[in-house]
Amino acid sequence: MADLPILSLLVFLPLAGAGFILTINGDDEIAQNNARKTALWASTITFILSLWLWFKFDNSTADFQFVENVDWIPTFNISYHLGIDGISVLFVLLTTVLTPVCILASWRSIQDRVKEYMIAFLILETMMIGMFAALDIVIFYIFFEAVLIPMFLIIGVWGGQRRVYASYKLFLYTLLGSVLMLLAILVMYNQAGTTDIPTLMTTRFDPSLQIWLWLAFFASFAVKVPMWPVHTWLPDAHVEAPTAGSVILAGVLLKFGGYGFIRFSLPMFPDASVYFTPLIYSLSIVAVIYTSLVALVQNDMKKLIAYSSIAHMGFVTAGTFSLTMQGVEGAIFQMLSHGVVSAALFLCVGVIYDRLHTREIAAYGGLVHKMPAYALVFMLFMMASVGLPGTGGFVGEFLVLVGLFKANTWVAAFAATGVVLGAAYMLYLYRRVVFGALEKEEVKKMLDMSPREWAVFAPLIILTLWMGVYPMSFLDMMHVSVDNLLGQVQLALDASNSALVAGQ
Amino acid sequence: MADVPNIAPVLPEIFLALAAMSLLMLGVFQKAATPDGVMRASRLTSGLGVVTLVLALILVFTVSGVKLVAFDGLFLSDPFSSYVKILILLASAFSLILAQNWLERQGAHRFEFAILLIFATLGMMMMVSAGNFLSLYMGLELQSLSLYVLAAFHRDDTRSTEAGLKYFVLGALASGLLLYGSSLVYGFSGTTDFATIASTVAAQEHTPLGLIIGLVFVMAGLAFKVSAVPFHMWTPDVYEGAPTPVTAFFSVAPKIAALALFVRVMVGPFGALVAEWQQVVVMISILSMLLGAFAAIAQTNIKRMMAYSSIGHVGYALIGLAVGNEAGVMGVLVYLTIYVFMNVGTFACIMAMRRGDRNVENITELGGLGKTHPAMAAALAIFMFSMAGIPPLAGFIGKLYIFMAAIDAQLYTLAIVGVLSSVVSAYYYLRIIKVMYFDDPGIEPLESPLPTSIVGVLVVTSLATLLFILVPSPVIGWAGTAAASLF
Repeated sequence: MADLPILSLLVFLPLAGAGFILTINGDDEIAQNNARKTALWASTITFILSLWLWFKFDNSTADFQFVENVDWIPTFNISYHLGIDGISVLFVLLTTVLTPVCILASWRSIQDRVKEYMIAFLILETMMIGMFAALDIVIFYIFFEAVLIPMFLIIGVWGGQRRVYASYKLFLYTLLGSVLMLLAILVMYNQAGTTDIPTLMTTRFDPSLQIWLWLAFFASFAVKVPMWPVHTWLPDAHVEAPTAGSVILAGVLLKFGGYGFIRFSLPMFPDASVYFTPLIYSLSIVAVIYTSLVALVQNDMKKLIAYSSIAHMGFVTAGTFSLTMQGVEGAIFQMLSHGVVSAALFLCVGVIYDRLHTREIAAYGGLVHKMPAYALVFMLFMMASVGLPGTGGFVGEFLVLVGLFKANTWVAAFAATGVVLGAAYMLYLYRRVVFGALEKEEVKKMLDMSPREWAVFAPLIILTLWMGVYPMSFLDMMHVSVDNLLGQVQLALDASNSALVAGQ
Repeated sequence: MADVPNIAPVLPEIFLALAAMSLLMLGVFQKAATPDGVMRASRLTSGLGVVTLVLALILVFTVSGVKLVAFDGLFLSDPFSSYVKILILLASAFSLILAQNWLERQGAHRFEFAILLIFATLGMMMMVSAGNFLSLYMGLELQSLSLYVLAAFHRDDTRSTEAGLKYFVLGALASGLLLYGSSLVYGFSGTTDFATIASTVAAQEHTPLGLIIGLVFVMAGLAFKVSAVPFHMWTPDVYEGAPTPVTAFFSVAPKIAALALFVRVMVGPFGALVAEWQQVVVMISILSMLLGAFAAIAQTNIKRMMAYSSIGHVGYALIGLAVGNEAGVMGVLVYLTIYVFMNVGTFACIMAMRRGDRNVENITELGGLGKTHPAMAAALAIFMFSMAGIPPLAGFIGKLYIFMAAIDAQLYTLAIVGVLSSVVSAYYYLRIIKVMYFDDPGIEPLESPLPTSIVGVLVVTSLATLLFILVPSPVIGWAGTAAASLF
């Protein structure tokens, strides 16, 4: 079993599922149900397979594991190279958990062109897993960009009123950032003669070149994260996307940027990363404070959660560039917990949206009387988003703040206000939607969660609590890899410092 | 013993010429006065024409792989020319397959179509193999004259005749420029032979100004033929006016031939003057990419949009030429290979756009295609994403190699303008997808089922575009060998 290409299986199983759905004929109720079931099966099997990674992953090494390497374009030294380390393994798992959840969440809400929808989702899963598992930077880029195609279609076809605008904005914004990264990748290939990520990590690029490369990568990742001021595509995309689209967008796609910073920017351009740390800190603080304030005045639930995502990702970027153990681990952990929690929050919105077909906060109120179970679930995730101890949200934010305190007290102080503001807008949202008098006629008719909805939330509830109560099972996996990463960065920085001293 | 020239390298061309003439005879003698006879003749020549092109392709294969010279350097056959000829023959065969059904429905099916197309192809093959300005001009004119007639082939349609006339007037001007340029080159170097010019130029310490002026005129003529900015003005009108199968043909085969010729002339006889022509190529490349990206946005007619799109694509391919080394030429070849498949596929879709019994060309006519024709919509979406250069589709690989070559040669401005204009052009490619998938179908869906020939071409081209990413190495390897043979 040692030679089983487990990562390739994970990457291409959803694609095979999509191929199966393609063969389903007809467009009637039965065909639609078959498409749904096939998609659920494919993604569930992928999830079960991915558990293999969870159990077989070796915590004690920073090396890449489950490596596969096949020549792809040998004349140019580009190969199909997959592998995961402590940083990427959890993101792969996050993806495999969220996809079946999304498919289950779309069971009822998507009635139009079900086949195409499920195909798009499975292709999306393939691309996402491939992106996290890629160990060749060209392969990485291919998966990274390819995600745009299904996402564009998901928002554009199954989205809301202004879906065309939102899907264009998503596509063009992200593409603009990525093409600059492509050029940087080619420059790196030109310099290093290889596109192999592990080799590039140990390649020392000239510090003045690093600045440009870093900026090009930043252009791509900052849009994905998204960082202020290039975040404006996100609220639009979230608002217009179907529920599951928002879930996957917030849960996985936003992590591309943070993952990219950790995987590429830090180890490959350490000098530039240090050089630009003040920039990242400033943008992150603006993101945390400004978007939290913006979130406070939103009337649209999805928009509010979208802005809260930007604020939370501000923690991630700040933590990443604190270059401390706690900061980086906190950033990864925050991404994972945000992946689960914000996904769950969008699902919470989806549950009531399916019933009332509006996202206006003012249209609701007093839900707790009619939907006590829903109120409980929503409260759990709301609290997790705020960062209540005992939930996943707390651990990430806490670690990031600890790391930031070590690196820069002022930044930590400003970032910490985000926690307070986060509590303000989330509690305010919760009060308006769930509490208050049950006055509106439509709201009175709403039913509590169905078994299918419970099934959607169950894994997320477990994960959120698990992450909050015993975060070590996750931190242990990433510990060695993060340690090794920071060690390398430090080594590179020392080398260039001593070169600088020698030069003087 | 030099009495009998070695005709082995020219075998595919000779075969094609003889076959075209035989087809002409066949057509003439088949032709009856009845509509039935006209139909029979056109079907026969078209079918046999495809067979001829395929046979020529096989012949090209057999002579490929080695460098051969025939007729005292007038005609060169090397891996570069073979590679390009294969592309040209493929493109011509696809166009001919697509054309027949369309022409029959328009009542424009005459047997001369296939013959003209084959003669044009023959001219292109001559261009690609030219080793001398004389043979270059012969090839170019054989091609151009056939194309002028093809553009006006639908002679009852005023737009078509207008396109033919416009193309003829401007094309003749370009041929004149090229001829004038080559006469200057002859005047200042004393020869029209590429190899001799190359050695003369390399030996000169100071290049005479006249030679440079000649070079610029040659470049202007060639830029017209590849429709690069600022010599692109004819493209949108001709593309829009010409019958759609002819436009499909125009947008691939002659472009490939002219680009290959451009490459051969620049790196061959003028290889030593790279510093002189590189800046010109950089300029027209940047202008073409930008115009292709911005001007297409406003188009409502899909053929016009594709005209601007092809100008943009030429701009990208010219990046490879601007680089001017082996990697650059390889990039051009890979790019063109992929371009054949996506462009032929797109035009197959355009030809399938019929409502009632007329052809429609407005982009909005594609509304709701994702619902009414899911397979065709999926294919067109693949082509559009590929043209925008989004991985994992083939178009991305083409751009990747072009940009790789540019970065290698440190032409950073070119690369940055290239990627940025590819983002702009993504906008209008996405619009097609938006119309197909996000909009509702019109009152009356497009005609279905699609003709078999279109379905066949669509299946081949879309699968090639989609799956190219899996095994890109063979094509890249061949392109590499082909490019190496020029240096």
